[in-house]
Amino acid sequence: MFCYMDHTATTPVSPEVLSAMMPYFSENFGNPSSVYSFSRKSRAAIEKAREQVASSINADPSEIFFTGSGTEADNWALKGTLEKAIKLGKNHLITTKIEHHAILHTAEYLSKFHGVDVTYLDVDSEGFINLDELKAAITDKTALISIMFANNEVGTIEPVTEIGTICREKKIPFHTDAVQAAAHLNIDVKAMNIDMLSMSAHKMYGPKGVGALYLRKGMRPENFIHGGAQEKKHRASTENISGIVGFGEAMKILKSRLDDDKAINSARRDKLIAGILGKIPHAKLNGATGDKRLPNNINFSFIGVEGETLLLDLDYKGISASTGSACSSESLDPSHVLLALGLKHEMAHGSLRFTIGRLTTDEHINYLLEVLPEIVAKRRAMSPLWEDYLKTLGEKA
Amino acid sequence: MALDYSQKVMDHFMNPHNVGEIPNADGVGEAGNPKCGDIMKIYLKVNPDTQIIEDVKFKTFGCASAIASSSMATDMIKGRTIEDAWNLTNNAVAEALDGLPPIKMHCSVLAEEAIHTALNDYRAKHGMNIIPMEHHED
Repeated sequence: MFCYMDHTATTPVSPEVLSAMMPYFSENFGNPSSVYSFSRKSRAAIEKAREQVASSINADPSEIFFTGSGTEADNWALKGTLEKAIKLGKNHLITTKIEHHAILHTAEYLSKFHGVDVTYLDVDSEGFINLDELKAAITDKTALISIMFANNEVGTIEPVTEIGTICREKKIPFHTDAVQAAAHLNIDVKAMNIDMLSMSAHKMYGPKGVGALYLRKGMRPENFIHGGAQEKKHRASTENISGIVGFGEAMKILKSRLDDDKAINSARRDKLIAGILGKIPHAKLNGATGDKRLPNNINFSFIGVEGETLLLDLDYKGISASTGSACSSESLDPSHVLLALGLKHEMAHGSLRFTIGRLTTDEHINYLLEVLPEIVAKRRAMSPLWEDYLKTLGEKA
Repeated sequence: MALDYSQKVMDHFMNPHNVGEIPNADGVGEAGNPKCGDIMKIYLKVNPDTQIIEDVKFKTFGCASAIASSSMATDMIKGRTIEDAWNLTNNAVAEALDGLPPIKMHCSVLAEEAIHTALNDYRAKHGMNIIPMEHHED
């Protein structure tokens, strides 16, 4: 059985999206910037997609700027805002310890090369920021507050509306990385007082290589990509027409079924969480529960075992998942998100993330619940750490 | 990151040899720490007359290459004398596994260190001199 449980990493392009994209490869290939009538089709397709993306987050089409990825949108929002603000004497950025590296590495860059002073807010054991700490961190030098909508590893949904209110009161621009959230939650940028928002198509059954930055009217971060007049002179590069069309179509479809998907995913998620807690002793759920967690995210730590071994054992059984263990990364440090939640290193090394979605069936959930306990038990039986852990509990291996 | 493990690493990872403990082992050694995500524990049964390692078992917390390195290294010292076993290098373990990804070489170092620690434990218990351990950078 092929059991894909990594929808947060990426999703397949849905057949409807693919067929909407197809005419824009070989047929309507015109450069939207060209004058002749043939290129009008390309221009019209992009504007239609812009409306589709805009309406799904309650924005105006003129506020949507297509980019090459969610990562680019994050880079643009942070670098473009800080570069402009520094000239006005503001060099302070507030973000969190659990952001995606698209934000964290950009913040590190700004600190290193532009002298930006960055505050990384702590989170509690479930991954929530503290609103009082946010308020206390704001100074008269604060140029931008960037806090993710929902965390990609543990699924915790931040209090975005409250953050938006604070930012609006203090007149500080609020950017949110909604790359994961936009694929699962209803977002209303107006009601939530969001000034900038990053999105990505491939997390929502659209193609890879296309994202968008929502910029509320009046928000004008310095351009990130220079070299042409595309996107109303704000983002140079010949448009990725088929990709943009795919993004628009994917978002339209996503929106039309979002509430149904949310209900199905949440029910499966909770069944999986309850099943793992019931079948595997000393399993720890990482992140929040219920409505405060992305409907498709399940993240556990299994003391005594290391995540990569579990991933390979699962892969052997046809299950694709993900881990916060260092052993699956280029570095030797485990997930910064799990450490920020207060997990000990060995617990972070022993983490597994399952993210469900359109490819998931009830059969997959049952299959995983059948296979996972055996795998964890097998690897724990050969682990000296598990043995030590049981000794501390006074149990026998 | 998708890691390209050799078939040998995968074989030893899926079906590791010499897993377990030896009750009243003659030498026990542990290397690594949970912070780094690898701990290896080696148990030795040594014939006091011949100084031959008659049995060896391991328990390992760590990634696939750590488990495969433990399995291979214990295979390689079984039946050898304690002097001989000391000379097993991490590179020899990695080579026997048809190589390890560069970032995983420390797993073979861990195997060498755990074996050395177990051998020194045996030596100490039997009134032999302790051999200074080399500490690898990785």
